[in-house]
Amino acid sequence: MNAPPSFVDIVWIARWPLLYGLGTTVAVSLLAILGGTVLGTLLGLALTYGNRVVRLLARAYTDIVRGTPVLVLVLASFYILGTVGLDLSAFQAGVLALTLFCASHVGEITRGALQTLHKGQTEAAKAIGLTFGQTFRYVLGPQALRLALPPLVNTAAEMVKASTLLSVIGVAELLLRTQEVISRAFHSLEFYLLAGFLYFVVNYAIERLGRAVERRVSVQ
Amino acid sequence: MGYTLNFDAVWRNFDDLLWGLGLSLLLAVTAIGIGCLLGLVLAFGRISRSRLLSVPANAYVTLLRNLPLLVLVLFSFFALPQLGLRLSKQNSFVLALALYSAAYLAEVFRGGLLGVPRGLREAGLAIGLTEGQIRRRITLPVMFRAVLPALGSTFIGLFKDTSLAAAIAVPELTFEARKINVETFRVIETWLVASGLYIATCSILAALLRRVEARLAI
Repeated sequence: MNAPPSFVDIVWIARWPLLYGLGTTVAVSLLAILGGTVLGTLLGLALTYGNRVVRLLARAYTDIVRGTPVLVLVLASFYILGTVGLDLSAFQAGVLALTLFCASHVGEITRGALQTLHKGQTEAAKAIGLTFGQTFRYVLGPQALRLALPPLVNTAAEMVKASTLLSVIGVAELLLRTQEVISRAFHSLEFYLLAGFLYFVVNYAIERLGRAVERRVSVQ
Repeated sequence: MGYTLNFDAVWRNFDDLLWGLGLSLLLAVTAIGIGCLLGLVLAFGRISRSRLLSVPANAYVTLLRNLPLLVLVLFSFFALPQLGLRLSKQNSFVLALALYSAAYLAEVFRGGLLGVPRGLREAGLAIGLTEGQIRRRITLPVMFRAVLPALGSTFIGLFKDTSLAAAIAVPELTFEARKINVETFRVIETWLVASGLYIATCSILAALLRRVEARLAI
């Protein structure tokens, strides 16, 4: 005569799958944010300083990726890459899609920040004989980063949210793990609330951390 | 590799994609309609001097902006029936998207409301308008014009977010594309056409919004 397990019991029983899912969510988001930031910064440079052909290509990439829903990118990457003979796991295909998506956003943010900087800065750097690399490293980069920080933090939180879409192609991140537990043990209301709470905590932490860094690097 | 592009299968099912696109647009319009009303209320709440109004409004915006939309969608479809609220797939998705969009729209409207010059309100008071009249006849129209660009990009974002309805089998564009993909194995063609439709719709919406902005500009 055992009482049916309560929600807390089930959470305890399923703690490892859920924690593993949370870990996967964090890993997916981190990889996509890192890859997307590197790629996006290059994209932003191409959009700002590239010659006409480079600019046109970068613009086409950004507009196409930003005009397509993330879920479509994820599904397309998952189905298409297999068809053309690239044997990627769902995890890899998903991270790739999120990285490309993140890069398009970071590209626009970088371009926006660089274009806001006054032209005189570049001219002054040239006048004292800095190369383009040095100008970017010592003059433009640090200022652009300060401008770009708030939208970059936003993008990071967006990527954590977008990582839930990988559940659709079967990546065992937090949302898919939650759904699996629900399908065995019910309590869908409580489990979705729990998942929502965990996502909120991760994103809220990113937001707070971002604010702290902003204060740290602000000039005032 | 040896993959030859063949769009026949996609063109045969093109009607399904177009119906799906229509449903996507309908979902986006309905959700943003409800989201605008709720977002406006939230925006007035956030700028209110009464903490009784501003604290809950701020909490709502912070909470909803940090939740993944897919979690909301699944919650509204699978968990709300447990609370006795049983909605159809379409309606539960519209509810989720409306609640989600309200948080973003509240931010947009708040910025717009704060941007309305104080002098306009004072002028309204001076010619004897009541608070309600000032809000309806002065604050809202001025704010609306100022937030139109942001409103437009939010709408385009929401339109793309309707693809998440595919996760609960609402037959919108992404769902139809996935169906064609699975049924015909014309993988590359299907996704090219589907994302082409999304991109084209987004561009058309953006162009329309620019025209509306130009029309309304003073």
